[in-house]
Amino acid sequence: MKKEFADRKAALHAPPLPKKDRGIMEVGASETQPTQAKTNAFILRLYVAGQTPKSMIAFANLKKICEEHLKGQYFIEVVDLLENPTLARGDQILAIPTLVRKLPHPVRKIIGDLSNTERVLIGLDLLPLE
Amino acid sequence: MNMPEEKSRLPKAPTGIQGLDEITSGGLPKGRPTLVCGAAGCGKTLLAMEFLVRGARQYNEPGVFMAFEETQNDLIQNVASLGFDLKDLITSKKLVIDYVYIERSEIEETGEYDLEGLFIRLGQAIDSIGAKRVVLDTVESLFSGLPNPLILRAELRRLFRWLKEKGMTAIITGERGDGSLTRYGLEEYVSDCVIVLDHRVNEQVSSRRLRVVKYRGSTHGTNEYPFLIDKDGISVLPITSLGLQQIASTLRIPTGIERLDAMLGGAGYFQGSSILVSGTAGTGKSTLAAHFVSAACQRGERTLYFAFEESPSQIMRNMRSIGIDLQKWEKEGLLQVHANRPTVTGLEMHLTMMYKAINAFKPKVVIVDPLNSFVIGGNATEVKAMLMRLVDFLKMNKITGLFTNLTAGGGVLEHTDIAISSLIDTWLLLRDIEMSGERNRGIYILKSRGMAHSNQIREFLITDHGIELRDVYIGSGGVLTGSARLAQEAEEQAAQIIHNQDVERRKLDLEHKRKFMEAQIAAIRSEFEAQETEAMNFIEQEHVREVHQTQEREDLALIRKADAKPNRLKGNS
Repeated sequence: MKKEFADRKAALHAPPLPKKDRGIMEVGASETQPTQAKTNAFILRLYVAGQTPKSMIAFANLKKICEEHLKGQYFIEVVDLLENPTLARGDQILAIPTLVRKLPHPVRKIIGDLSNTERVLIGLDLLPLE
Repeated sequence: MNMPEEKSRLPKAPTGIQGLDEITSGGLPKGRPTLVCGAAGCGKTLLAMEFLVRGARQYNEPGVFMAFEETQNDLIQNVASLGFDLKDLITSKKLVIDYVYIERSEIEETGEYDLEGLFIRLGQAIDSIGAKRVVLDTVESLFSGLPNPLILRAELRRLFRWLKEKGMTAIITGERGDGSLTRYGLEEYVSDCVIVLDHRVNEQVSSRRLRVVKYRGSTHGTNEYPFLIDKDGISVLPITSLGLQQIASTLRIPTGIERLDAMLGGAGYFQGSSILVSGTAGTGKSTLAAHFVSAACQRGERTLYFAFEESPSQIMRNMRSIGIDLQKWEKEGLLQVHANRPTVTGLEMHLTMMYKAINAFKPKVVIVDPLNSFVIGGNATEVKAMLMRLVDFLKMNKITGLFTNLTAGGGVLEHTDIAISSLIDTWLLLRDIEMSGERNRGIYILKSRGMAHSNQIREFLITDHGIELRDVYIGSGGVLTGSARLAQEAEEQAAQIIHNQDVERRKLDLEHKRKFMEAQIAAIRSEFEAQETEAMNFIEQEHVREVHQTQEREDLALIRKADAKPNRLKGNS
């Protein structure tokens, strides 16, 4: 619980989501395409709806987890559904925020603000289930 | 769309579904969500889809179908069998189907979330075609697909509020739960209108039912209404929608049997009345019906014959054997025979099939032969309800309905299994009269509303040229029919002949006597005449003789020289 609380505090100081055209912005670990960089690279897509506190917390949490566990082998794409509502259908998005692990297969979905790091790691298959 | 205007009456969105708009007096609450719940396979999805399709087609209200259970292609295929061309509606931007796929095993919950994604998807779909109607089928899938029901509940509440704010007339479907209307208690959130669908099997025959449990701000039918799903979609059959407002006709139509017309006040049945012909097996119920059919066709009126025990060709053959050619009328398009086993479908299906056939063919006369084959097990009340609706429907359309009813042997004749006698205007009872080793048919009118009718039993014979009614012999020996009647008639005839002969003989006798008397009179007269002649002769002779005598005396006196002349003689001479 304490940890979550700390995360939330951190989110308040987190930088705003980087903006890009069409509401999609990419945060890459490397300048090159991840598939080329590493075969086991993670392509992650975070769906948000506007710059809500929840979205910002989620993004901050994701960034932190990736830096800790996937340094150099991840690629994050943030999709703002408010600007691209049609994209919600493609990945079957209902809940916000949703993190979709596009690669490696199979596709996994992680919903929520990603404050439970352990469950995020399980969701990303980075931590084996007990 | 803005919030609906303040009106004294709740604005409604017609569903276009046959009967449902009547029950809800106009449709679903406009701009509000409606909950449709029921067990699996009871037609929730179909009802919702029909609401959208009819909305788009008939009321120009495009709709969004958000499917949580079936994919777009599945849906298109499933409702194609009901005559809904979804592809066409989708390409003409009248309908959007959004299939929401949730797979629990692919989802990991890692903290707080909301359903903004669903809102955005729905909002986008609504805006893309300017939708006025929304269906969420079945939104409860979210509960099994997403963790944290607390969040879901809050989000669903927000979703329904949001739909209301957008002015969407929505149908939310929900699976029926134990002891509650829906498994996850959706009725808590969708409280404007709740419709429960039910699908139950009774005596191996299934029937579907619909009930409006709740409708805020509107009157609605509260009964359970049977409904059915066929190739034209859903039809709900409200009993009360018809009521007793029919206008009674004074037109009379002949029964096809002259003497029966005479029994019915000389003119036959009332047009648009309901006629029941009941009797035990083999009393000629169908034959009586066939006469009526034939008579109607002869007048050029269309007739619809629902047969539940015989195939059309069997009916035709049997009626041909008694000189009624129904085939001719069928060929001329005046007669349609619909033959079905009663067990083929439930009662509602039968009723709706009848409705449809009647609406399509527009007959003046409808025959149902026989009614009681619908009674399977203990469904008599349902059969009665169904017949009530059928009778009402026929009366409403001024169609004369003739129903036959088989009375079980040994039962009370003045009784129908389905207790529909009160719905019937004219009730003909056919009975067999067993006497002196034979079985004959008798007919009488048990009741006939609104006309003077005969109270007599008539014997009726099925001959090779149809039914003939005969007076029965009613005498000291009771009612005699058949050969007993014939024997009695022959006996009477013989007695009559003897009687006639007797009279003849007496007449002859009298004549004889008269002749005898006249002969006697003639004899006496001739005797008298003879005597008279004789007497006259005698008098004449006497006279002559006297004259002669006087002459002789004078002569003698002359001779004697008598001087006195008798005066008397002078006077006499």
